[in-house]
Amino acid sequence: MTQFLNFLGHMEGNKVFKQSKWPKTLIFEKSTPGRIGYQVPELSSEEEKVLEKAKRTISSDLLRENSPNLPEVSELEVVRHFTRLSQMTYGVDSGFYPLGSCTMKYNPKICDTAASMIDAQNIHPYQPEDTIQGSLQIMYELAKWLAELSGMAGVTLQPAAGAHGEYTGIMILRKYHESQNNLAIKNEIIVPDSAHGTNPATVSMCGFKTIVIPSNNDGCVDIDALRSSVTNKTAGMMLTNPNTLGIFEPNIKEITDIIHDVDGLMYYDGANFNAIMGKVRPGDMGFDIVHFNIHKTFATPHGGGGPGAGPVGVVSHLIPFLPVPSVAYNSTSDFYYLNYNHKQTIGKVRSYFGNFSILLRAYTYILRLGQTGLTRVSEMANLNANYMKAQCARIDGFSVPYGENSSCMHEFVLSAKKLYKETEISALDISKYLLDNGLHPPTVYFPLIVPEALMIEPTETEPKEIIDDFIQVIRNISKLAYSGKKEDIQNAPINTSVGRIDDVKAARDPIISYRMLKKQKKN
Amino acid sequence: MSYKVDDSCKYYKEHQWVRVEDDGTCLIGISDFAQQSLKDVVMVELPEVGDTVTQGEVFTSVESVKAVSDVFSPISGEIAEVNEDLEDAPENVNEDPFGSWLVRVKPSNLDADLANLMSPAEYENFCA
Repeated sequence: MTQFLNFLGHMEGNKVFKQSKWPKTLIFEKSTPGRIGYQVPELSSEEEKVLEKAKRTISSDLLRENSPNLPEVSELEVVRHFTRLSQMTYGVDSGFYPLGSCTMKYNPKICDTAASMIDAQNIHPYQPEDTIQGSLQIMYELAKWLAELSGMAGVTLQPAAGAHGEYTGIMILRKYHESQNNLAIKNEIIVPDSAHGTNPATVSMCGFKTIVIPSNNDGCVDIDALRSSVTNKTAGMMLTNPNTLGIFEPNIKEITDIIHDVDGLMYYDGANFNAIMGKVRPGDMGFDIVHFNIHKTFATPHGGGGPGAGPVGVVSHLIPFLPVPSVAYNSTSDFYYLNYNHKQTIGKVRSYFGNFSILLRAYTYILRLGQTGLTRVSEMANLNANYMKAQCARIDGFSVPYGENSSCMHEFVLSAKKLYKETEISALDISKYLLDNGLHPPTVYFPLIVPEALMIEPTETEPKEIIDDFIQVIRNISKLAYSGKKEDIQNAPINTSVGRIDDVKAARDPIISYRMLKKQKKN
Repeated sequence: MSYKVDDSCKYYKEHQWVRVEDDGTCLIGISDFAQQSLKDVVMVELPEVGDTVTQGEVFTSVESVKAVSDVFSPISGEIAEVNEDLEDAPENVNEDPFGSWLVRVKPSNLDADLANLMSPAEYENFCA
């Protein structure tokens, strides 16, 4: 019976999944001169006067001579265009998306409902404080909850994304060393070789030098290498825990002590916070600065160019350096207000107070789950990952080079090195074949220390049947590859809206705007 | 999968090769193992002529569809020439890794540097 069900699952993957293939026309190419999809009222003579006056305040060389080149389309054309695009794409709402280190979990719709409430949408940052007490209270409480979850003393909600949070955090670190008159000496920050690329980028952006240290055979921080890299020049260390291999650093206290011994600060990259909620706190491990990727852990939408948020938490002696303003509360008058009074602040890192509607989603998520719910999130995320790891590691051609015999946290890195060596089926081929089966592939070729890496993070929200489907497809790939039936894998994907993309050409000769496309068509 | 090893080269552990030319200068490139691991190379960043390179230190980077990777110098010296062909044809590194040198270096400490490198046979074992 089980075999029969697996067979059905496979059939379902192969036969039923088919993405829409609409013509790949840009909305600019659908434009017809004069066609409009809006209706605005005529201006009154009073309004005309105001407009004329406003125009005169702008110097004439700044005024547009021609209309902007916008697509001229009707409402129906716009709706069809974007509906078709949505049918040609893939997201967590349409299927499994186990993108390691990106925590692509399901965002409950109630978070969107809260963020689209008219009260939340129609407020303005310049409104008087007494008219936005509710919004201020939400920000105040969210900051407090994030502090509690991470073991920090203060949190800023201003940064607009995870990488922006990193920048804010390392600027705080910089300001701290400046306040100690140590900045001239302390110019190095230690980053492990398995870290996200944003870490060394942040280090450079903030004017420090990156010192990369190798991982040991278990994929964790090599304590001897760390000791030999730490000097009085060490300003701090950036670390993700659990790390990018999904392994919890067993020597975390020793690591933070080594850095603190030279008056360095420990920076916690919150990319993998989904693994530890309610179980262990960065503050208790000895970290001084933490950033949260709330789009990963607290179910807000992933960027894609849209608004995001990357709150940063700090221990008590770093609170004076936090960006302004912070949201404060006066209990005597029961009044929430914006506090600009931080004399040593690093300044502003974002206009106003951050992206409020995103923060409101995170607030809703935490409020709905509560402490026990959040703890359960991390437990289920870890359980799902360990189940997948145990199943996938047994499949011929695959291995888990780091942590094969111990349990992982919320993600693990599978290697297809053996399969590639023996059958020439690579991690990239595997990812394309997964697409054909209606499953989004995991992160591939990262971290670089694992050959033919597939970095898998199922998240807590996936049911067992879906996870089993994925494992079954990996088994099928192994079977097909070893029985010489590689064509299906090498020709994949064929069921998706676009086939195998020429990513070499895309990287060497990118066309990323309509203007570039027009130019290319002309030539 | 197998990796080609060129017998006229010596190898650094980060998968770079060095070949001593008749005129005493040295060519430096990345190995077949390196190009196969990187997959399609989309850009080779070329350093400046006159820059100094140090054995075991990063002197430039190569970008592939997978990642941007550091390139370490197998020897110390001064860059005498860069392979400008790679600017327009980075794919040469994939097609002919041992012919597509990145830089020509005037070595400053050649004998001692070469003694620290792997022979073709040792490197073949190292990649296995």
